[in-house]
Amino acid sequence: MSTFLELYNYWIFIFLMMTGFYIVIAQGNLIKKVIGLNIFQTSVFLLYISMGKVANGTAPILIEGGAPYSNPLPHVLILTAIVVGVSTTAVAMALIVRIQEAYGTIEEQDIHEQDASL
Amino acid sequence: MEQLINVILLAMLAIVAIATAKLKDLFATIILFGIYSLLTAAIFVSLDAVDVAFTEAAVGAGISTILILSTIALTARTEKPSTHSVFLPLLVVIVTGVTLVYGTLDMPGFADPDAPVQQHVAPRYLNDSINEVGMPNVVTSVLASYRSYDTMGEVVVIFTAGISVMLLLSSVKHREDELGNLKDLKHHPILLYVSQIMIPLILLFALYVQFHGDFGPGGGFQAGVIFAAAFILYGMINGIDNTRKIFQNHILRWLAVTGVILYIGVGVVTLFLGGEFLNYNVLTEDNLAGQHYGIFLVELGVGIAVAATMLSLFLTFSEVRRSQ
Repeated sequence: MSTFLELYNYWIFIFLMMTGFYIVIAQGNLIKKVIGLNIFQTSVFLLYISMGKVANGTAPILIEGGAPYSNPLPHVLILTAIVVGVSTTAVAMALIVRIQEAYGTIEEQDIHEQDASL
Repeated sequence: MEQLINVILLAMLAIVAIATAKLKDLFATIILFGIYSLLTAAIFVSLDAVDVAFTEAAVGAGISTILILSTIALTARTEKPSTHSVFLPLLVVIVTGVTLVYGTLDMPGFADPDAPVQQHVAPRYLNDSINEVGMPNVVTSVLASYRSYDTMGEVVVIFTAGISVMLLLSSVKHREDELGNLKDLKHHPILLYVSQIMIPLILLFALYVQFHGDFGPGGGFQAGVIFAAAFILYGMINGIDNTRKIFQNHILRWLAVTGVILYIGVGVVTLFLGGEFLNYNVLTEDNLAGQHYGIFLVELGVGIAVAATMLSLFLTFSEVRRSQ
């Protein structure tokens, strides 16, 4: 039971990562694929933050008698990664709008068919 | 208790992820993804990452939901049922998953204080940052001072993404008049009056988050996103054209550039004062005061760049006309 609780977080993250991975490879809609990538990405964020957690710890804002603190370094890395993540999502969305303009569809299969018929 | 909350929230996250994968209605999928982000933010709080939770709540549940929604407004709302067999992807995913689970068996347990990740670098930040940088919020110290190079890179990435979106969408047809596909919502009295009360408060809160980031959770990234969110709310309710009266494209571009240059400029000034690039100690006689000035300016640069980029992303997307 204790091993289960110790590794439960990691297993959930792997599950989320694989859900995202499945959406990316199995579903044809481009917006859905980007959402899948975002879920994949969030699982990595959670893994980092989870590794920085210290039992009975508190947020790394120094106060009298606050110790132990959780590890601040993963927080910094993931904080910036989230904002970069939304920027790259925006670029992906702009590309999808352009694909819609060019092909009239955002389904992977229809795009392949149009490419093949050229 | 903390463990119990953690277990339940993570289980909810897994359920939402499955629902996201199964739904065919893209609108519902995106709203679910917003809920997913909000749950993630709650988990970050329970894992002591308050700064991260802040960012995730503002970005994941706010801005990225709006961006994806404006994309489905321009494309299609429902997904076509796939004709592929699901067998092969499922097999790949299960094999990869099992391999990764096998890998976790060697990992240090969750929240183990003796885990290798807690032994290196982190103790230095936690013990010495108060004397070297002088700020209670260690996350801000690391973000804006110890790892300032990284943060500069991230700001440039965000800026580049904003420019790319503008370039990609500049050749797409734009709405011809104010009666394009995005009408304002002024005829909803509740939305109109609630937003009139909320927007000033959101802006005030953004300023608080920006300038109080040294002492509590917050900083330039979060403040920038919250600041942009206030104007996005204004834009959705009062119409894009009204928002554009203040935030024209060239003004937003100038603001984004100003933010990035302010950040790099602080680094150049420290070079001229005889220090290393972004070593704020040399800014004044007193090292700690120098750190304070440096972090203040750098965070301000981040805030301006992020706010301008996020706002221009939203405005650019909402001005594109739906193709037939």
